[in-house]
Amino acid sequence: MIHSLFLINSSGDIFLEKHWKSVVSRSVCDYFFEAQERATEAENVPPVIPTPHHYLLSVYRHKIFFVAVIQTEVPPLFVIEFLHRVVDTFQDYFGVCSEPVIKDNVVVVYEVLEEMLDNGFPLATESNILKELIKPPTILRTVVNTITGMEKGETHRELPSWLPTGQLSSGALAKDWIDAIIDKSGSTITAEIQGVIDACVKLTGMPDLTLSFMNPRLLDDVSFHPCVRFKRWESERILSFIPPDGNFRLLSYHVSAQNLVAIPVYVKHNISFRDSSSLGRFEITVGPKQTMGKTIEGVIVTSQMPKGVLNMSLTPSQGTHTFDPVTKMLSWDVGKINPQKLPSLKGTMSLQAGASKPDENPTINLQFKIQQLAISGLKVNRLDMYGEKYKPFKGIKYMTKAGKFQVRT
Amino acid sequence: MSAAPAYGEDKGGSAGPGEPEYGHDPASGGIFSSDYKRHDDLKEMLDTNKDSLKLEAMKRIVAMIARGKNASDLFPAVVKNVACKNIEDPNQLIRASALRVLSSIRVPIIVPIMMLAIKEAASDMSPYVRKTAAHAIPKLYSLDSDQKDQLIEVIEKLLADKTTLVAGSVVMAFEEVCPERIDLIHKNYRKLCNLLIDVEEWGQVVIISMLTRYARTQFLSPTQNESLLEENPEKAFYGSEEDEAKGPGSEEAATTALPARKPYVMDPDHRLLLRNTKPLLQSRSAAVVMAVAQLYFHLAPKAEVGVIAKALVRLLRSHSEVQYVVLQNVATMSIKRRGMFEPYLKSFYIRSTDPTQIKILKLEVLTNLASETNIPTVLREFQTYIRSMDKDFVAATIQAIGRCATNIGRVRDTCLNGLVQLLSNRDELVVAESVVVIKKLLQMQPAQHGEIIKHLAKLTDSIQVPMARASILWLIGEYCEHVPKIAPDVLRKMAKSFTAEEDIVKLQVINLAAKLYLTNSKQTKLLTQYVLSLAKYDQNYDIRDRARFTRQLIVPSEQGGALSRHAKKLFLAPKPAPVLESSFKDRDHFQLGSLSHLLNAKATGYQELPDWPEEAPDPSVRNVEVPEWTKCSNREKRKEKEKPFYSDSEGESGPTESADSDPESESASDSKSSSESGSGESSSESDSEDQEEEKGRSSESEQSEEEGGKRKMKKRKKVTEAQGDASSSDEGSDSSSSSSESERTSETEEEQVEPASWRKKTPSSSTPTVTPPSVQPVSPPTIVSTSLATDLEGLTLTDSPLVPSLLSPGSGAGRQELLHRVAGEGLAVDYTFSRQPFSGDPHMVSVHIHFSNSSDTPIKGLHVGTPKLPAGISIQEFPEIESLAPGESTTAVMGINFCDSTQAANFQLCTQTRQFYVSIQPPVGELMAPVFMSENEFKKEQGKLTGMSEITEKLTLPDGCRSDHIVVQKVTTVANLGRVPCGASDEYRFAGRTLTSGSLVLLTLDARPTGAAQLTVNSEKMVIGTMLVKDVVQALTQ
Repeated sequence: MIHSLFLINSSGDIFLEKHWKSVVSRSVCDYFFEAQERATEAENVPPVIPTPHHYLLSVYRHKIFFVAVIQTEVPPLFVIEFLHRVVDTFQDYFGVCSEPVIKDNVVVVYEVLEEMLDNGFPLATESNILKELIKPPTILRTVVNTITGMEKGETHRELPSWLPTGQLSSGALAKDWIDAIIDKSGSTITAEIQGVIDACVKLTGMPDLTLSFMNPRLLDDVSFHPCVRFKRWESERILSFIPPDGNFRLLSYHVSAQNLVAIPVYVKHNISFRDSSSLGRFEITVGPKQTMGKTIEGVIVTSQMPKGVLNMSLTPSQGTHTFDPVTKMLSWDVGKINPQKLPSLKGTMSLQAGASKPDENPTINLQFKIQQLAISGLKVNRLDMYGEKYKPFKGIKYMTKAGKFQVRT
Repeated sequence: MSAAPAYGEDKGGSAGPGEPEYGHDPASGGIFSSDYKRHDDLKEMLDTNKDSLKLEAMKRIVAMIARGKNASDLFPAVVKNVACKNIEDPNQLIRASALRVLSSIRVPIIVPIMMLAIKEAASDMSPYVRKTAAHAIPKLYSLDSDQKDQLIEVIEKLLADKTTLVAGSVVMAFEEVCPERIDLIHKNYRKLCNLLIDVEEWGQVVIISMLTRYARTQFLSPTQNESLLEENPEKAFYGSEEDEAKGPGSEEAATTALPARKPYVMDPDHRLLLRNTKPLLQSRSAAVVMAVAQLYFHLAPKAEVGVIAKALVRLLRSHSEVQYVVLQNVATMSIKRRGMFEPYLKSFYIRSTDPTQIKILKLEVLTNLASETNIPTVLREFQTYIRSMDKDFVAATIQAIGRCATNIGRVRDTCLNGLVQLLSNRDELVVAESVVVIKKLLQMQPAQHGEIIKHLAKLTDSIQVPMARASILWLIGEYCEHVPKIAPDVLRKMAKSFTAEEDIVKLQVINLAAKLYLTNSKQTKLLTQYVLSLAKYDQNYDIRDRARFTRQLIVPSEQGGALSRHAKKLFLAPKPAPVLESSFKDRDHFQLGSLSHLLNAKATGYQELPDWPEEAPDPSVRNVEVPEWTKCSNREKRKEKEKPFYSDSEGESGPTESADSDPESESASDSKSSSESGSGESSSESDSEDQEEEKGRSSESEQSEEEGGKRKMKKRKKVTEAQGDASSSDEGSDSSSSSSESERTSETEEEQVEPASWRKKTPSSSTPTVTPPSVQPVSPPTIVSTSLATDLEGLTLTDSPLVPSLLSPGSGAGRQELLHRVAGEGLAVDYTFSRQPFSGDPHMVSVHIHFSNSSDTPIKGLHVGTPKLPAGISIQEFPEIESLAPGESTTAVMGINFCDSTQAANFQLCTQTRQFYVSIQPPVGELMAPVFMSENEFKKEQGKLTGMSEITEKLTLPDGCRSDHIVVQKVTTVANLGRVPCGASDEYRFAGRTLTSGSLVLLTLDARPTGAAQLTVNSEKMVIGTMLVKDVVQALTQ
């Protein structure tokens, strides 16, 4: 199965290698560098690269390439899934998964990797089991957390902050993502809602939890953490499980396509290039649409401008904006949307003189967050615990986020 | 790297602080030869029994290693001491890691020790250690492949293991060491299928892909009966689409309709695999979902493959690497099964933030999915893509439009117009790509597109991309007759710029010149000669060659070459239009989800996916021993199974059997009854056990405690496994009978019915009350008492819901005559009690009625006429049989509620012309169904049913009737009861419930070795009790 693992940073240095069978020379990575060069962008490096004697399977996360070397036929997803599991484990252990952190904890990293694979075959990959075998570096972790804040560790770290500490508790966070493509005129081309329920369980003994929904029919397609009893779900639409300790993703779901998706934001845009003019007009306004009375926060607008745009001079009504003239990436951190005073960004673009107008208007990508609302309408009915006597704290939170939310202009 | 842990072990384990010994060693400055001597005595020291001497030796060795001396020949001795000692450690974790360390040492010298250690660990009582043993097998194999035979023995042993922890690892070892030994799987096949859902994710992937291969060698193709349709692929294609669109409900209809045309019965084991893997589509692991998807793609009947689409689309929301792999597979699948993904078309729409490689794959899928109906939306999407900034992607989009245009005739003109508009695009790459695609499209119908060719001709002035220029020139040359005025002019221009052109353009200029010369020599003769002269002195030899060749061909010379007469044929032969195909076409000969499929090349170690066999190999190889209570299954059924294709005069004909059986297996997989949720319960049991095991790993508890706990757990596990594996429940619950097991093995194998069918018998009886199982509420597992828990475990056996399976074993009563051939004027009717729950009503006894027509005219409209029934008795009639051809036989199932009495059910059997009065009287043993209970429960229940409810009879068993096996068989033949485990060896217990009232019937037989025996029946239905005693005594004393 998996022969070796190389960790390569964005500047092309191999900063960690681990071999489970015989040692494979570093030079095998040359093929990877070649492919990287051809691909120009990191995300375009093919995940599977055949070389004369080996196959290189890689994932790219946190600006690090995790390159696995295999020699014989193996389902590629098997390896890719494993590599992602490695990244998740590092993130869980160290709070962030970055080159300096891995270098600082190289001993733990090696121990963890040794335990995760035996002779190239996955052995212990669940983080709660691993943590019992190898203790995570606690002091460092807290330091890292305080320095970097919560923003890096995306999903899990949102949970414990509102759970009472030092108490037996179980909490769940139901999070909806809206993926949408909105066309030029503002009509929806495709929109779908998917979501997850992340759980944080700190209970002693062998609690047997049952979570039921008010409207389980909403869920069209689901995937479970292995602890969930599938048969129970099939027959009663109830999540019944004995939870592992700590944070884990209980359920991922997709809301059925029949339900019309409420789009909480709209973007009014007026982007125009004129032929034979070195100036273009740029104006966007963001406003709330169907928000069920909740505030939209954390709005960030990004847009990849065409190559012809040299610079932009813009004034936002609120928030801050940046434009990188090299990558042509415009980013506007809006913050909260105040329905009384809609945020807007206006100004001009200076275009390359003499060049004809770009074929395509840029697409606008939107990020936002709505607290205490699951836009899908999913509601948890109750969470019951069997098997233990005590009364734990139980909590559920809802949140809606923009997934891949694009507006074509 | 690998040896490092071993040394670490040395130091930590026995040597202690090694450094201080440095000075002690007299050999420090000595001669080499003394080292050898030293080695000998070190070896001796290591081999002694005294720990102190060993320790001393170890210290010296460590000191030697520290100084870089070669101590490798002492290695085995050291290892033997260190690792072997730990391998016997009472703590399972230490045993396991000792084995891991030992097996990670890649030194050939260690092979024998490793072999021993693996063998020992393979029979360790801790499943975790056994798992480690399985992991060690491939390591040893890669070290020394001569050990293969011995290792296969170990694998065979571990394959029989019943814990989920071991299953994944041993199959992995199997795949690495002996993937060709498919015969090792037979006996474990059903167990693996049943364990699958509880195995850890990585193991699931390996097992599923192995089982895919296995199924391909052992079962018949489920699509073979569709081959009739395949002659008209178009029709078959849309047919299957419709089925999928209708959803799971139509699956049944589809599969019942098909077998009617040609008999195909899906092997129940095949069905088992499909059924047990389906829930895994909900796994969080992309690898597992993909594994199941490929299994369904390769193994499932067409109508069922659709279920995987949704799960695969879900994976598209995962990381981009996952998307990449999934899209590759979707692209391959969507060529064969377009309908499957059509509803998800929008999920493949492209976002500007997708990486290019993902965009191109999505485009591929969109193109494959495009059809007459959705092409407008797809093309509108494509239009937005063309304006993308990503030029590679734009080029791919143009190619995609071209493919849509060739595949869907209706939009060809629209596409062509769109592409022509692109010709005025400012981006040269876009224009060039369009030209290339237009060229291909025009080849299909050049006559109507003179205008476009003219337009293209104008482009030669502006467009610079060589490939595009070459394409235009080729087009003009090929269709110069459509543009007679323009073609020579183009040649004129090209001749002017000839020297500056790229090579491929030059070649096309020569071609154009030649073609024009042949069609319009008057205008172009000079030009052609000019071009050919230029080419003659070109730097590129290909061009020089081409010029020389062309000149000889077209310019008539004095010698008058034979070829030049055919020049026109050579140059202007009609050329077939190119077919624009997906690059994913025919990739499905590689197993989907595999690395080889992704690379479209065979990777090392790839196991070819075998073709379906023509004839199914013997399915009985997968049979394992059955517990006693299924003994009632009889030979009849086997016989029928073996000759499903030809009908005997007496027996049933194949086609009807298949028509019967298929919907059953269908609904078995689809309907969700509470019996399934029951098995969910038991999986919760195993869940918790796994957790216990995990916890056990970390806790350094006392030996006795831990081992004890382990044993308890194991026991529980065994019971749990009863859910799917007949033999395991046998072992787990009935150890007393195991001694006689071996002698019975051969016979039971022959008699074994597939598990699906014997399991079906249980549900109505195993539920505590006789409410229909489908509405049985299941209480949460944690609040059930232990005894109830065991009850529920029994329930899990009913994993497949209530459906009569293929003609199952008649009971002890065997086949009874309902209507004689003579009395029925050629229609002979027999009946058997199938002992399966009747699907419509659990209170009914299901009766199989066999009709055969021995007259020479077809019998039409067979149905049940107005029955005259005693109070309480009701009948569920079988569906009318429209026609029975002469010499044919058929079988129907009807249900009769006898209301716990042996009164006969009288009814009329009507044909179109005649009515026959018939009656069915059940033997008392058929009025009940087996119940599972533990010995304690049995005793408890028995205690409640004493006095009037207890009937006792003394009897003497004849000599031929004293072995366990025969007694059990005789009892179960007479009465449909389940065996209850029993501690005493001479006592037999059976339990059942009457079908209508659900009253318990408990039967105890106390047999002395002398032959004297006492039979006790406890039941509140005294009449039934009395009759049962009579029947059983009669059966036993005969």
